[in-house]
Amino acid sequence: MPYAIELLNITKRFARTVANDDVTLKVLAGSIHALVGENGAGKTTLMETLYGLYQPDAGAIRIHEKEVTIKSPHDSIKLGIGMVHQHFMLVPPLTVLENIVLGAETTKNFFIDLKKTTAEISELAEKFSLNVPLTEKVENVGVGIQQRVEILKAIYRKADILVLDEPTAVLTPQETVQLFKILAELKEQGKTIVLITHKLNEVMAISDHVSVMRKGKIVGHLETPKTNPQEIAQLMVGRPVLLRVEKSEHKAGAPVLGVKELTYVDRRGVEALKSVSLDVASGEILGIAGVEGNGQSQLVECITGLIRPTSGSITINGVEIVGLNAREVFARGLAHVPEDRIKRGLVIDLSIKENLILSLQALPQFSSRLSMKRAEITSNAELLIQKYDVRPPDPNAITRGLSGGNQQKVIIARELSRNAEVIIASQPTRGVDIGGIEFIHRTLVTARDSGKAILLVSADLNEILSLSDRIAVMYSGRIVKIFPDNKVEESELGLYMTGSNQELIREAK
Amino acid sequence: MISQIFSLAFLAQTIRITVPYALASLGGVYSERGGVTNIALEGIILNGAFSATVGTYYTGNPLIGVLCGIAGGLLTALIHAVVSINIKADQIISGIAINLFAVGITKFVLEILFHSSSNSDRIPGLPHIKLGFIEQSPDIARLFGNPLVLFTILIIVASQFIIFKTRFGLRLRAVGENPEAADTVGISVTLYRYYGVLISGALAGLAGTWLAFDQHSFTDGMSAGRGYIALAAMIVGKWNPLGAAAACLLFGFAESLQIQLQGAGLPTQFIQMIPYVVTIIVLAGFIGKAVAPAADGVPYEKEK
Amino acid sequence: MTAKKHLPRLVGITSVLEHPITQNFLIPLFAVVLSFAVGAIFIVMVGKNPFEVYSILFSQTLGSTYGIGQLLFKTTPLIFAGLSVALCFRAGLFNIGAEGQLQIGAFLTALVGMKTFGVPFYLEIPLLMLAGMVGGGLWGFIPGYLKAKTGAHEVINTIMLNFIATALVSYFVTNLYNVPATVHTPPISPAGRLPRFDAFVSGFQGSPVNFSIFVALIAALFVWYYVDRTRYGYELRVVGLNSKAAEYGGISVSKNIILSMTIGGAIAGLVGTNFVMGYKYYFEEGFSTGTGFMGIAVALLGNNNPFGVILAALLFGMLEYGGLVINTMVPKELVSILQAIVIIFVISSNKIFRKILTNFLKKRTLSIND
Repeated sequence: MPYAIELLNITKRFARTVANDDVTLKVLAGSIHALVGENGAGKTTLMETLYGLYQPDAGAIRIHEKEVTIKSPHDSIKLGIGMVHQHFMLVPPLTVLENIVLGAETTKNFFIDLKKTTAEISELAEKFSLNVPLTEKVENVGVGIQQRVEILKAIYRKADILVLDEPTAVLTPQETVQLFKILAELKEQGKTIVLITHKLNEVMAISDHVSVMRKGKIVGHLETPKTNPQEIAQLMVGRPVLLRVEKSEHKAGAPVLGVKELTYVDRRGVEALKSVSLDVASGEILGIAGVEGNGQSQLVECITGLIRPTSGSITINGVEIVGLNAREVFARGLAHVPEDRIKRGLVIDLSIKENLILSLQALPQFSSRLSMKRAEITSNAELLIQKYDVRPPDPNAITRGLSGGNQQKVIIARELSRNAEVIIASQPTRGVDIGGIEFIHRTLVTARDSGKAILLVSADLNEILSLSDRIAVMYSGRIVKIFPDNKVEESELGLYMTGSNQELIREAK
Repeated sequence: MISQIFSLAFLAQTIRITVPYALASLGGVYSERGGVTNIALEGIILNGAFSATVGTYYTGNPLIGVLCGIAGGLLTALIHAVVSINIKADQIISGIAINLFAVGITKFVLEILFHSSSNSDRIPGLPHIKLGFIEQSPDIARLFGNPLVLFTILIIVASQFIIFKTRFGLRLRAVGENPEAADTVGISVTLYRYYGVLISGALAGLAGTWLAFDQHSFTDGMSAGRGYIALAAMIVGKWNPLGAAAACLLFGFAESLQIQLQGAGLPTQFIQMIPYVVTIIVLAGFIGKAVAPAADGVPYEKEK
Repeated sequence: MTAKKHLPRLVGITSVLEHPITQNFLIPLFAVVLSFAVGAIFIVMVGKNPFEVYSILFSQTLGSTYGIGQLLFKTTPLIFAGLSVALCFRAGLFNIGAEGQLQIGAFLTALVGMKTFGVPFYLEIPLLMLAGMVGGGLWGFIPGYLKAKTGAHEVINTIMLNFIATALVSYFVTNLYNVPATVHTPPISPAGRLPRFDAFVSGFQGSPVNFSIFVALIAALFVWYYVDRTRYGYELRVVGLNSKAAEYGGISVSKNIILSMTIGGAIAGLVGTNFVMGYKYYFEEGFSTGTGFMGIAVALLGNNNPFGVILAALLFGMLEYGGLVINTMVPKELVSILQAIVIIFVISSNKIFRKILTNFLKKRTLSIND
């Protein structure tokens, strides 16, 4: 069988990272090819390069065995490539039909030829069982339908290669089943499909081949019938050299943070948290493992008072904190290292010393009614900068100019300086260099040894395994498993994280 | 008294006031549907009026004057387009600067060409088209015989179709709502935003042209806030051509009424406020929702 | 302690671009020089010598006490308007409503002044200032409240409120509180008058510069202290720079929006101290010709820093008066053109510099990689 796509030795660098490092990927025509890997492994960048959204720094692309250059989506569309992005590229106030034809309109006397277009799309929809309400506005239809619109959009442009980026992330199980039927139908009709995912049960259920990416490289090509989830999970998470963190035995005290049957339904009506219960004791680190987008962010935001849970309770030392705002939650003895430091944790246009008092500015320590206590703010900064080795060691340096690791140190310094009993640390080392990671890990362990209760949320399994005393796994808004210690194989964690553990699958049925 | 107010002359006056509002407001619709906030309408109207006056004065030909008015509007809009779309600077500040620039440049050149700091020499008006069937009422005949009035009515109706039924309109709206989505299907965001801003320049320039011909001269600052009223009408009309035109008619009616009532001892200032108060109420969401195009005023940065 | 120690240190492109010297001096200076250069083209088009015109512009404004008096008189309202816009900018809000706020404020100053004869000056003067601040503050509160509660964009609302203010004031001045056959109010109580400079220095004779400029300087000092030295100012800046971080830190975004619009409006409302209390002693319809809009330019050029605002207001005040002194050679509107071009260059320079620097650095890193 001939190849539909050949990506040969593709390298793509960004400012500070190499997203794709000498990647070669070949996809057989008429097959479904799964591309798997953890967050940040480079899957999406690779496919967006194929689609012309990025230009590779090195490497070649062949489509249907012909070498091509793809400068923009315009080129890729002409080559018969369609892409369904993870965040749909739809225009909400336009109708379904308008979205499908956008950029490829048929006109008749200046007007869009509704009659002809409707007939054409209806025929395609029929052929691939993609039912959509053509005259409805996209903002009024559900995500399942929106995804079909995206697929129709590609097919309407005569795409015979279809790339889908995490297509099931936003779907209900029923919608997922529907989607897989559609994909099978498309394959039947001779289309080539690339499926970006990290859910191994989906890989097993639908793909013919699977390629695994890790840290910008391809680490394995497998034929799906000849492999199993364990093998893929192994490849995905790698055989890691565990970062050594000096850690004494875990001496947990009494539970401090308690979360009971927490449920959160977001504005779109999606149940992001489904009756989550856990507790964290003083002197322990509870790690929450999981692929991003499975409810971790919402859990953290509920606990820290940024969003209000739909039901359930959260307590610190037995005192209810649901309903309090962020400032009041801080006052009850909580510290929060937020997952996105640039968006939430820092005001990057302010100096280090000003960031070190964010949310603490009203304390008598730092301000009186009429003025800020500048000397105290500066000495506070000097102290913390030294203690946490922030560089440059200048309280007046603007935070924007700091490296990711040093920005994160500023946040950690501030949060630990609160002397709170509970620390919520969300992705504490994302985008931080090795030296910074070690420092942050040591700091967290020291805090735990001094009796803090720490909830660690991380998409990095390495981090979870090396820091946690207990490990909880989140999948699809639920805690699906709590391991009483950290003696667990990564591949087993991987199975729970990807929802492909046999136990879970049986439960679901 | 009532019949005195609502006479044919009153109707004519209302239309006369509404035409420039409608043209400029329509211009605003094109620009903002494409995602570029256009506070510069005020300055574009002023430059349009001035260019039309100069063009007519020196050629004696009102048709060339019309073309000059459009060109003046286009050139002014071009500055806004470059600053907003290419340089990606703040669109609101750009608009304010252009309005200031228009006030300065028109008076500057006015003094050089006409040696007056307040008004130009007299120019002829547009020739009228003879419409036999309404010759009995000269006010109306003069008004509807004016090619610009006919054009305005035509362009309002046409725009409703252009924006909602044609390929151009679809792409323009897509670029204003979700430029990234438009980009991924191969539509040039820059190009369509240019179209939107330049069309608004041509239409607002034409609005200025109307003012100049209506008065047979240019006077300094003769746009007199009409660009802002047009903007308000666009919002009240929810960024739809017909809606904007209807709002302009309402505002024109209010203003016409105010003129009629002057000297009647009534506080006309309160009628004057109607457009602004209505706009604030609409924006606050008390009368339905007025939702601007999602990417209105947001420069499109392609590189992530 | 050296001054150097206090300069923020940065890395990469930002180090050059975001450096306070670049932001506070180089970019505004570049914009001003460039606009004078473009202005020269206009002067040449009129057939005059730009050097001659510019030298007259400077010498006649800065060369005599009278000229300086005129310049300072024009500067005072620009400082108030500039501060108003700058304060709101720091909170992430765009106050295009200074024009309306200062009209309402100045009118209330005059209204209270004409109703309070017999009050001693040490009460009358603060009272009239307060009246101005209440009027302006109210006119700032409305769009602030609407933004915080309904999300309605402050830009459109402030523009609308400008027109409403003009109409409202016009109604009062032409119908209720006017001196017959004029569009101004009766005079305020003599106790509410601010002294003029020419009462102390004869060189200022004929120029209306008065003590309100000190009020403006105090207002600048207040804005600086409030924004940079108090925790309310800290919270306001956090809201302006990153509302998500403000939420995270438990700072109320909507409270700060309302507060900063109200304070900004109150400062604009003080414009009446110059015209009503220091110059004419009554309110006159149409006394402000776009001062509020010019305040936007002043704030931008002054990089939203109170002291920068004073400098920018001086420059714009000089241009406003300078227009009159060059009027015999070139139309005075040259200065409006200059002002407009300054604004466009200020908002464009940042982006243009960033682009140039990014390209430059990209080339350099590429060549290192190759």
